[in-house]
Amino acid sequence: MIPEPWAAIVNAVIYLLLAPVVGGLIAGIDRRITARMQGRVGPPLLQPFYDVGKLFEKENLVVTTTQNFYVLSYLVFMAVSGALFFSGGDMLLVIFAFTLSHIFLVLGAYAAFSPYSHVGAERELIQIIAYEPMIIITAAGMYMVTKSFYVSDIVQSAVPIVLYLPGVFIGYLIVLTIKLRKSPFDLSTSHHAHQELVKGVTTDFAGPNLAKIEIAHWYEYVFLLGVVYLFFGFNPLLAIAAIIIAYFLEILIDNTTSRVKWQMTLRSAWLVAGTLGIINLGVLYYLRMVIVP
Amino acid sequence: MSYLTKSPWILHYDASSCNGCDIEVLAALTPVYDVERFGIINTGNPKHADIFLVTGSVNEQNREILKNTYDQIPNPKVVIAVGICASSGGIFRECYNVMGGIDKVIPVDVWVPGCAARPESIIDGVVKALGILEEKRKAMKIPAGDTA
Amino acid sequence: MQVSQLLIFLVLFPLIAAFFLLFARKSLERNWIVKLAALAIGAVSLWLLVAGFDKGMMMFGVSGKALDLAMLAIELVIAVYLLWLGLKHKKYSVVILVVIQAALLLWFELAFGHTLVELPNNLFVDQFSIIMAMIIGIIGSLICVYALGYMEIFHEHHKEIVDRQGMFFFILFVFLSAMFGLVFSNNLLWVLFFWEITTLCSFLLIGYSQTTEATNNAFLALAMNMLGGIAFVVALIYLATLDPSGRLLELSTLLKSGYAVAIVPAVLICFAGLTKAAQMPFSSWLVGAMVAPTPVSALLHSSTMVKAGVYIIVRFAPVLTGTTEGLMIALVGGFTFLLTSCMAISQSNAKKVLAYSTIANLGLIVACAGVGTYNLMWVAILLIIFHAIAKSLLFLCVGTVEHRIGSRDIEDMGGLIERMPKMAVMMFIGMAGMFLAPFGMIISKWAAIEAFIQAPFGLIFIIILAFGGSATLFFWSKWMGKIISVMRNQENVEKTVPQDKYTVLWILTALVVIVALIFPLISSVLIEPYIMDVYGYTTRLAEANIIIMLLMLGLLMIMPFSMLFESKTPRIAPPYMGGRTTEGGMKFHGSLGMSRDLVLSNYYLRTYFGEEKLFMVGVLACWGIILIALVMVVGVVL
Repeated sequence: MIPEPWAAIVNAVIYLLLAPVVGGLIAGIDRRITARMQGRVGPPLLQPFYDVGKLFEKENLVVTTTQNFYVLSYLVFMAVSGALFFSGGDMLLVIFAFTLSHIFLVLGAYAAFSPYSHVGAERELIQIIAYEPMIIITAAGMYMVTKSFYVSDIVQSAVPIVLYLPGVFIGYLIVLTIKLRKSPFDLSTSHHAHQELVKGVTTDFAGPNLAKIEIAHWYEYVFLLGVVYLFFGFNPLLAIAAIIIAYFLEILIDNTTSRVKWQMTLRSAWLVAGTLGIINLGVLYYLRMVIVP
Repeated sequence: MSYLTKSPWILHYDASSCNGCDIEVLAALTPVYDVERFGIINTGNPKHADIFLVTGSVNEQNREILKNTYDQIPNPKVVIAVGICASSGGIFRECYNVMGGIDKVIPVDVWVPGCAARPESIIDGVVKALGILEEKRKAMKIPAGDTA
Repeated sequence: MQVSQLLIFLVLFPLIAAFFLLFARKSLERNWIVKLAALAIGAVSLWLLVAGFDKGMMMFGVSGKALDLAMLAIELVIAVYLLWLGLKHKKYSVVILVVIQAALLLWFELAFGHTLVELPNNLFVDQFSIIMAMIIGIIGSLICVYALGYMEIFHEHHKEIVDRQGMFFFILFVFLSAMFGLVFSNNLLWVLFFWEITTLCSFLLIGYSQTTEATNNAFLALAMNMLGGIAFVVALIYLATLDPSGRLLELSTLLKSGYAVAIVPAVLICFAGLTKAAQMPFSSWLVGAMVAPTPVSALLHSSTMVKAGVYIIVRFAPVLTGTTEGLMIALVGGFTFLLTSCMAISQSNAKKVLAYSTIANLGLIVACAGVGTYNLMWVAILLIIFHAIAKSLLFLCVGTVEHRIGSRDIEDMGGLIERMPKMAVMMFIGMAGMFLAPFGMIISKWAAIEAFIQAPFGLIFIIILAFGGSATLFFWSKWMGKIISVMRNQENVEKTVPQDKYTVLWILTALVVIVALIFPLISSVLIEPYIMDVYGYTTRLAEANIIIMLLMLGLLMIMPFSMLFESKTPRIAPPYMGGRTTEGGMKFHGSLGMSRDLVLSNYYLRTYFGEEKLFMVGVLACWGIILIALVMVVGVVL
């Protein structure tokens, strides 16, 4: 079923307004927990908002003015994909819009023609191809359980999706590490201060452009955690708990592992998608189509 | 207070320091001092930085690099010379290849004395720099937007 | 009878134009003939659309017996010609194949020639034929116009190649004529005739430059397509043995005659389709075909040749629906899609990347048609349309760029946005059409996932699509990144591109966008009625999703205008290079006062996506699958 238009629009608007707030808070909590894990006090909770506010106060320094276009497109299409998701739209369309927005970020980095941005862009692309199959498999798995690609149907499904898709869920959590730019898969850029690539894909963005990238990340956080919610849609409280636990695990992994090479990222992501995801779907398919047609 | 003073990101550049001051700069990041409490982040990238923190004296080899790096920091920005070498050339001042303090190449806003400079005085210098940063922001007369 | 006249015009007119071109000596004459003929062909294909889109399947009788004999005679003449060429170049595999095919054809004529009755309806047209005719008539003739300018410069650059442009354009137009014949023929004997003509034309065009490499690749293409041709003839013989009166040779009858009768010829003809569509064990001929001048590649890849292969497979898809044989053919397509998408990552030669991408997309079409449920058919036809437009645009752009910068290597296309801005924008749109939402190919990919998940064994294809699709993303994005990277102080070399070429390129660019905008209309007017006729029910994307797609497309088109409304004037600074001084042309001062060039090159990940390794895997897997399918067919026969 396609969701009611007015309800969909209201949900989309709520997402567009609230997601940056929620996403920024998540980033703030993340930084505090990370600091505590390292035995530090850490920044104020609202630090991510201060950072973005500051970046907007700065001068817009660019290598080429086309960067502005790519970054704005990245932000806009990230918001669009999240809005489509929260308005209950078609999961596949959401994934394609999500990919489109990332391609814009990559193009923005390529446009700068700088060594660090360039390698960052290539690595970002490797990350994209590493996680994309798993995300599509996730959508396919949810369809097999709920018979719909629409987020509105999936979320209303009384079926405990996670019980049918345990492999897919674990696979999704692993690619979530890539998506949240957490160690060990923070190849292209990371939220930590230093890395071997300066700042990778974001190296040549400054001031307002960098701020837009940060806001896009916040939108992204909320969308990605929203997908975790779908696995537990039958019980909202459990779903919220699952999101909190999942995110805490991501922070823990971030602080206890060191960065791997791109080869390892690609291999492990495809291996996970290729084993956990496919076996899970295969078993499900067998049960659904062969035993109970 | 603007957001600028709540989130100063630092670029640390070692011009030709003996590493004494650099160790102290890094000490400021450790749990003992934890400058991230004030939103301070040590970025490795001039394009993301607000404060240019330089240790060591400037010489013929790194003069251009210092200048280029400074130019690539978006405005408003401040420069802190940390340690006596960055401030005046220190004991290397008379060397044939040393030009002197970094103010020979780029404008310096805050001088932090010491050989090596202590973490407390470095943090103090950064706090001083924040005031100057705020003044520079006002001077830029950026349309205020959503910030006061 | 107006529609039938249009059909006959479309088949015969290019042939007449071709003969004029053969004798046109001056380039001015040639220019006019090609442009007028292209205009006429394009206009009549549009006329056919207007006249026939709402009429469903229409069949026409053209007196056949004499024509049949003439076709046979021409086929034998071609066989003798190829035999002579094969002997001359010592290509004995081709000689053997030609002899086998000619012998089979002769035997067919001797054994069944007297029993065959004259078929009532030799020609037919339905919405699918109209779509194909539009692709051939509009894109094909645009490519011919483009070829005018291209060939002039080609011969200026390559003095060592004998100028045989008259011949070249003759073959191009014969090719178009044969393609029209192929999609309008209802008589399988005719289909075979046109099929062989396209094989011959592509052989001659690939070998145009007469270098050793070109000749070898041309013979490779010939050999592989002959293999398919033999399977085709065997299918005809099988049909004639079933019913010596030859009524089953009528395509429309055959498709309705049910699994028991149609499956054997369907598999054999689909095998021929696989060779022509360059699916995996046979993919090397299309990759080798890039030695030909670029308009030829564009023609082979977008509107002719390979599209003939997928055309025939899609035609037979209703027979394959739900059969194991169909699944095997779909698997060949699926593996081809996955492996060639990955192989494209490791290539830096632009034409080779395009070639692998073509093979991959054809693989996807074959996979859809092989599984053959109604919604997958819808996807397959949509893919044919979108692919033809975007791929022809990209080939022609690469050809133009190659003439300007003297290289077809992607690594040399850095900063094209500065050097050839218009060309870069067109390529950007073409590539977006190939892999980005909300343009054509991604619409098809989306619909394909939704359709596969409802199909039997669809899960395999979902997984293939998930992995292959992400590989596609990688090689297009890095190429896109290359052309849009802004290098400083680049000279604009675009001004010398002739106006003709621009016209063609802009039309194709506009088509990429327009077709993405109006695809719901194309779907409801042409594709859905056809699917409805064949299956009795049809499919389309949900209306809300179409609206969202169109909104996204609109958003994408207004995004560039955001650059006009910058709130702060940006300050330009050089890229971060660790503080090193850089100057124009991106030289930087290295140590010891040396000035060094900044060179950035893309990742090719050859350890993972190396061409040879994946090719071997694909050839083994696909041969295995094809053999299983053929064994099953033999089982049915026995």
